[in-house]
Amino acid sequence: MLSKDVFTITKNTPIARDVLEMVLQGPADAVAAPGQFVEIRLESRFLRRPISVCDRSGDSVTLIYKVVGGGTADMAALPAGARLDVLTGLGNGFDLSKSGDRPLLLGGGLGAAPLYWLCRELVSRGKRPTVAMGFDTAESVYYADKFREAGAEAVLVATMDGTLGVKGTVLDAVEDLNAYSYFYTCGPKPMMAAIARSAAIDGQFSLEERMGCGFGACMGCSIQTRSGSRRVCKEGPVFEKEELIW
Amino acid sequence: MVKTNVTLCGVELDNPIIPASGTFGYGYEFAELYDINCLGTFSFKGTTRQARFGNPTPRIAECTAGMINSVGLQNPGVEAVIAQELPRLKACFHKPVMANVSGFSIDEYAETCAMLDREEQVGWLEVNISCPNVHSGGMSFGKSPASAGEVTRAVKAVTKKPVIMKLSPNVDDIAAIARACEDAGADGVSLVNTFLGMRIDLKTRRPVVANRSGGFSGRAIFPIALRMVYEVYEAVGIPVVGMGGVSTAEDVIEMMLAGASAVEVGAANLVDPFACRDLVATLPAVMERYRIESLSDIVGQAHGK
Repeated sequence: MLSKDVFTITKNTPIARDVLEMVLQGPADAVAAPGQFVEIRLESRFLRRPISVCDRSGDSVTLIYKVVGGGTADMAALPAGARLDVLTGLGNGFDLSKSGDRPLLLGGGLGAAPLYWLCRELVSRGKRPTVAMGFDTAESVYYADKFREAGAEAVLVATMDGTLGVKGTVLDAVEDLNAYSYFYTCGPKPMMAAIARSAAIDGQFSLEERMGCGFGACMGCSIQTRSGSRRVCKEGPVFEKEELIW
Repeated sequence: MVKTNVTLCGVELDNPIIPASGTFGYGYEFAELYDINCLGTFSFKGTTRQARFGNPTPRIAECTAGMINSVGLQNPGVEAVIAQELPRLKACFHKPVMANVSGFSIDEYAETCAMLDREEQVGWLEVNISCPNVHSGGMSFGKSPASAGEVTRAVKAVTKKPVIMKLSPNVDDIAAIARACEDAGADGVSLVNTFLGMRIDLKTRRPVVANRSGGFSGRAIFPIALRMVYEVYEAVGIPVVGMGGVSTAEDVIEMMLAGASAVEVGAANLVDPFACRDLVATLPAVMERYRIESLSDIVGQAHGK
């Protein structure tokens, strides 16, 4: 359920190349499930910025974002103590009930961020998640240790240039995708399309689409699925494998 | 106590605030956030005879003080709207609603309007002859006085409900289009729909929206929309619904001074889902500041007549 509140930035610092971690303090009860996102209003921009939730704990929400344009550059310039108008409780989030005992979490670049809270939640339910993360280069890698500390059974890292971990994509880091009970993934479209092609097991994809409102009003982010048209911001961003058309 | 009530084509509204079509769905999703009965009314999502998925994505591009959309009239089609959306709307909204209709032929407009005419809760038909995001139909009907009049006549022939023609700003002389609608029997006009615009991505060197161009709306268009409302008010005797970049109670009052009997709010809803609720709440205090006792008294006052 959507909520609009004022949050205070308690931390906003770089953790990898062009990637920052922002921690917000405020009434976070609407942030209900891993895989949901929030929307940040910036004084300098007309539309809000949709950012996936990396973690939530009590009244603290962690976001990881990449500086890709003017809006995120403005976000990066915000100091601790600044107050932000934030919509929370957006999107459906991952369905944890289908994970099985040994789920595989596949994150590409910034797509690893929403998998962190998911990983923590799975571990707290007695599951043994393996995390596979793909990046372009070693300087882009973040949170590999955090995933280990969170109790992931294994953390597999791949970089396209081979500067850290396995050389190649996230799929090159995973020996046998189908040896796991289930998968959850978020990342660039080509990566997720490759996963969709290789996976015999079931899983969930968290999609990204350019949004207008982020809460289901404008139909800006609609996609065609096997069960008809769906709004990435409202019925998604998480969709089951069998629903998606690649 | 200030009076915020106004009359639109013979139907009384508690206040002039109307969320614009395409920014408020069929209402019930906003009803989860607040009691939408505080609104004057709202104009529901543009509805066509057949279901439409709309344009490919990306459909949204941000701009300075505004946004471009190229949604392309995505809607489930009038039969599904009547069977599934209107019952849900009725459960949370207890006032007459504005039914927004689009079409690709004169017959289609008439057929869709005839079906919605039978729906008790529909208080007005807002006929969109100004959608910039469909390649045939839509805006092309609003481009000339003759075709605008033709759609108006066809719709008027199938309904007794007030017909409000929604006009495009992408024309040479919007007042001439408004007059043609009035001459053909329209009960009101609403304006403006979005302005044709585009953005290009510097990294890909291609247009941001997949449809290349789209409709530009948001705060940036307010002065242009206001000028057009002012011009159309001079040109016609039927009520004018003003819209385009309205985001504050002051904007609402300015639109009414220019000649708007009621005011639609579009892009502001997409930035803040509570925008219209907050406008309704702040309107009385702003009226008092400008010593306005009754909003219906100020319609067109800027014309000094």
